[in-house]
Amino acid sequence: MGRVSVPVEIERPESSEAPFEVPEPDVPWVTIVHNDPVNLMSYVSYVFQTYFGYSKDKAHQLMLDVHHKGRAVVSSGSREEMERDVQAMHGYGLWATLQQDR
Amino acid sequence: MAGHFEPLPDGGAAVALDEVEISILRSLAVQLMELIGPGEEGAEDEDPLAAIFNDGPSEPPSDPVLARLFPDAYGGPDLVPDDDVRAASAEFRRYTENDLRARKRDDALALVRALDSLSPGIDQGAVLRLKPDECRQWLGALNDLRLAIGTRLEVTDEEDGGELLRLPDTDPRKPMVMAYLWLGGLQETLVESLMG
Repeated sequence: MGRVSVPVEIERPESSEAPFEVPEPDVPWVTIVHNDPVNLMSYVSYVFQTYFGYSKDKAHQLMLDVHHKGRAVVSSGSREEMERDVQAMHGYGLWATLQQDR
Repeated sequence: MAGHFEPLPDGGAAVALDEVEISILRSLAVQLMELIGPGEEGAEDEDPLAAIFNDGPSEPPSDPVLARLFPDAYGGPDLVPDDDVRAASAEFRRYTENDLRARKRDDALALVRALDSLSPGIDQGAVLRLKPDECRQWLGALNDLRLAIGTRLEVTDEEDGGELLRLPDTDPRKPMVMAYLWLGGLQETLVESLMG
């Protein structure tokens, strides 16, 4: 008794106190593709199948949603994942944005 | 100009092009590359205003075509952007726009190179054969060209195949409309060739 061991944590350098990233509320993000008068319907379906690996039917339905409703949620996940998807959509020439799915 | 792609057994696609078509496609792709610009490096020779846009892509491009090719990642048509949304778009743009520009230049360049590899006969033109990888780049380039021309022509849903098709031959937009529709046929048949 008597000897109190010093908790290891106290001796850690201050860097351990810095969080790796700013914590975000636990709400998923979504990638939204917006309707566009130029992009071909077949091309939009092709992109959804090629990039997301969606089935022909799912890709076709999402494309129809974009066309008729003006927009469709095409993927959801972390903010980083959605930024990656949006960048890919822009690469294909689709008009996409991400937002938190409130 | 009735160009259309057909699938090849190796997963690629082929299209017959005459000399005029080759020349138009090449010219459009070169114009697109010039519009997209060299990106970060090589902007010194531009006028100061252009250099600002090349060096610090945190703001959307002022040219409507470039703004369409490189849209904001946050916001969209249904959302009035607040400061947070604008800041997020600006940060995304800083990290991604140069890569996007490089990709689109590469796609357009692949198109030009493929065309330059052709040696069209005097009357019959040439048959362009694309490997699967080249097809993907061509799809990207054809789509970018249609986005560029469609933006310049201010194509809207209502006008799709409608008003623009009925333009009189004297309308100055007519040649661009013809090119736009022709590119649409090329892209459509290339997608069909790849999807099987």
